[in-house]
Amino acid sequence: MMFDIYEPGESPLPHQSDRGAAVGIDLGTTNSVVAVSTGDKPEVLRDEDGEGLVPSVAYYAEDGAVVVGAKARRALLDHPDRVVASVKRLMGRGVGDVKALAGTLPFTLDQAAEGGMVRLRVGERVLTPVEVSADILRAIKARAEAALGKPVDRAVITVPAYFDDGARAATKDAARLAGIEVLRLVNEPTAAAMAYGLDNAAEGLYAVYDLGGGTFDISLLRMEKGVFQVRATGGDAALGGDDFDHAIAEHFLAERRIRLGEETITSAEAKQALAAARVAKECLTSRSSGEWFIEVDGKPTRHSLDRDTFEALIAPMVDRTVALVQGVLDDAEALPEDVKGVVLVGGSTRVPLVRRRVAEAFGREPLANINPDEVVAVGAALQAEALTAGSDTLLLDVTPLSLGIETMGGIVEKVIPRNQPIPVALGQEFTTYQDGQSAMMMHVVQGEREMADQCRSLARFVLSGIPAMAAGAARIRVTFAVDADGLLTVSAREQTTGVEQEVSVKPSYGLTEDEMASMLRDSMAHAREDMTLRVLTESRVEARRSVLAVGSALKVDHDLLSPEERRAIDAAIAAVEAACQGTDREAIQAAVDGLEDATKDFAERRMDRGIRSALSGVSVDTLGDKLGS
Amino acid sequence: MSHEPNSPIERGALSPCWSCKGPVIQRALFCSTCAAVQGPGVVDHFTRLGMPRSFDVDMVTLDHNYFDLQRRLHPDRFSGRTARERALSQSQAVAVNDAYETLKDPLKRAAYMLSLEGRKVDIHGTATIDDPELLMEAMEMREALAEAETRAAIDKVAARAEAQVLTCQCALSTAFGHRDLDRAGALTTRLKYLGKLAEEARARKSRLIRPVA
Ligand SMILES: [Zn+2]
Repeated sequence: MMFDIYEPGESPLPHQSDRGAAVGIDLGTTNSVVAVSTGDKPEVLRDEDGEGLVPSVAYYAEDGAVVVGAKARRALLDHPDRVVASVKRLMGRGVGDVKALAGTLPFTLDQAAEGGMVRLRVGERVLTPVEVSADILRAIKARAEAALGKPVDRAVITVPAYFDDGARAATKDAARLAGIEVLRLVNEPTAAAMAYGLDNAAEGLYAVYDLGGGTFDISLLRMEKGVFQVRATGGDAALGGDDFDHAIAEHFLAERRIRLGEETITSAEAKQALAAARVAKECLTSRSSGEWFIEVDGKPTRHSLDRDTFEALIAPMVDRTVALVQGVLDDAEALPEDVKGVVLVGGSTRVPLVRRRVAEAFGREPLANINPDEVVAVGAALQAEALTAGSDTLLLDVTPLSLGIETMGGIVEKVIPRNQPIPVALGQEFTTYQDGQSAMMMHVVQGEREMADQCRSLARFVLSGIPAMAAGAARIRVTFAVDADGLLTVSAREQTTGVEQEVSVKPSYGLTEDEMASMLRDSMAHAREDMTLRVLTESRVEARRSVLAVGSALKVDHDLLSPEERRAIDAAIAAVEAACQGTDREAIQAAVDGLEDATKDFAERRMDRGIRSALSGVSVDTLGDKLGS
Repeated sequence: MSHEPNSPIERGALSPCWSCKGPVIQRALFCSTCAAVQGPGVVDHFTRLGMPRSFDVDMVTLDHNYFDLQRRLHPDRFSGRTARERALSQSQAVAVNDAYETLKDPLKRAAYMLSLEGRKVDIHGTATIDDPELLMEAMEMREALAEAETRAAIDKVAARAEAQVLTCQCALSTAFGHRDLDRAGALTTRLKYLGKLAEEARARKSRLIRPVA
């Protein structure tokens, strides 16, 4: 008997190439980038002017048109109430979360919404952040299709490593609305490390310092021969370059108030100040001082700012990132000198103070030979290629935040600690605290704090049907499973009776399945066709897997069949193949069932033969070692 | 089926592949006939990662074997395949991660080795210390840590705690080598508290330079 050792990927399923292209998308707070990798060098997809960045801004015009990108950003001055920017900051957020941010956000929240997901008032529409993100993704998809000259239906989309479960789920929903199948959600710093590491054959421990418009991530990774192993990750999902702009704007506005003797600031003044602040921040990257003007209602004020003042304004925020860097080094039990290189990601890392502080924290100059705006999308494209065409590279990521259950007194019992390699599944046992208690409320939270109300609430569900027992007698095992996308599924099981419940964690501030379905209906008509097609594709993949399996079995054990039996199996195979050419999912399933019936006896004979040859002296142990190691 | 249903081989070594229904050796990652990925099965962490069952784990070999397994089993390798294959790959990768995390960490490894021998050491909970010597030591070090105000002073306490951790790990290696499980159990509890102290010292150090958020 011959035992070949197959590797997955060595026998690729046929007909995989009839799909559209797979791209990598960096869906950023300020800008988004799309890239593709097909064999040669990965490439950022650009517009006619060679611009790779798509501003993550959507303009909802009065005629119903949706404009995304630079044009939408230009519309910001004339139609501020119809333009949405920085929507990423609201992904997976609840109304309560955002109230604290009110005023600092460049959009109007729908006050009607109580609880649940945040909604934005844009002109006459009310939109969820998921819908706005879907509009941005549609525009990115269109750009990619124009550049590649073929349909794009699958993507790796990057998210901040520090994104919680709700924000991840919201990102996946947005892609689904835009008609994009998410091959994988990849953490932004991990994607950047992959792009950098593959390009430079990097080996050893590297830090990725990612300061974007609205989020900060710091990851420590070990890179080794195509393996990217995240050792620890940390960050702040609400700290970014936008905060630098706000600090400058507030400084300008304070000056303006004093000069004009005004008490209050109008929103028009705030918007102008913010626009001036953005320009100032960019200028002060290369110059040491400059002057900017704010003019509202015919009242101009002049504001000069030098780099020292600018740096003093943003120092507290930069200090906070450095503190987070220290925390991640501690988590990884590493010292700054263990780090072989620091990769800078995100436009905000162009700010000189950021570069200086990072260099001080690690005792070495950060690597600057990459474009910090594009490296994440390039990494995503490489991963999209790896997932569709196969590759040797391997990304091993971790949970960014601890996941737990609220117990008595509001204390969190951690089930999965942070920095655990994913996929991961861990369980914890809980018990009832009242005699005869028949139901138990489960509150799933995410975060590092000890009290549940200080962590992020992900979901609540009730485990019911617990048999009447004395307090403390029931044994309820709660299992948390986090998949490779970083998404959580929770299941609970009463151990003595086997009462079981599984909840895929639809986050507290996410869309319900019903909302999702109605949005799919309301959006492009073919979004639903996409769904049907996806289900059909899955059936075909399964059918082809069956044919492949029978084919392999026939190659090895064909002598177990009479010519007649062989003809019957061949006919059943042909029937499956024919069904796969069609679009009838049920017909495919019927043909697969037929093949199963036709090979039933064959399978039994093969098992018999296997057992006989094992009994006749082939050492099973050595075979096991050979296959299992 | 026509063969003896209770034959030891059937129970222990061969089971039908979910995909091609042919015989697969248990513990095999892939079917030798149709190459389909198999389930993770029940096997101890050392066997799963191809490591000898010993407290002294060679980290280079451990990492090498871990990466090799994940290269073949990680869900990223099964994108675009059937739902069943994706689910099996996920449970394989979960099992491999679990084994790796347990063997990588000396405290988890020690507790796991004791659990394989039917002994339980609680390394997560806050069980009371019944070893008076350890109690004294822990109190003394905690005091030293509380009194340490400067970075240098904290560094000193941290260095001491870390040295103790290393000494304790060496002793554990000897205890497991001699199969002295009572001693290994006591040392594992000791390692847990020493580890906590070292961690507290580290946390104290970062709090010293970390501005209050
Ligand atoms: Zn098979």
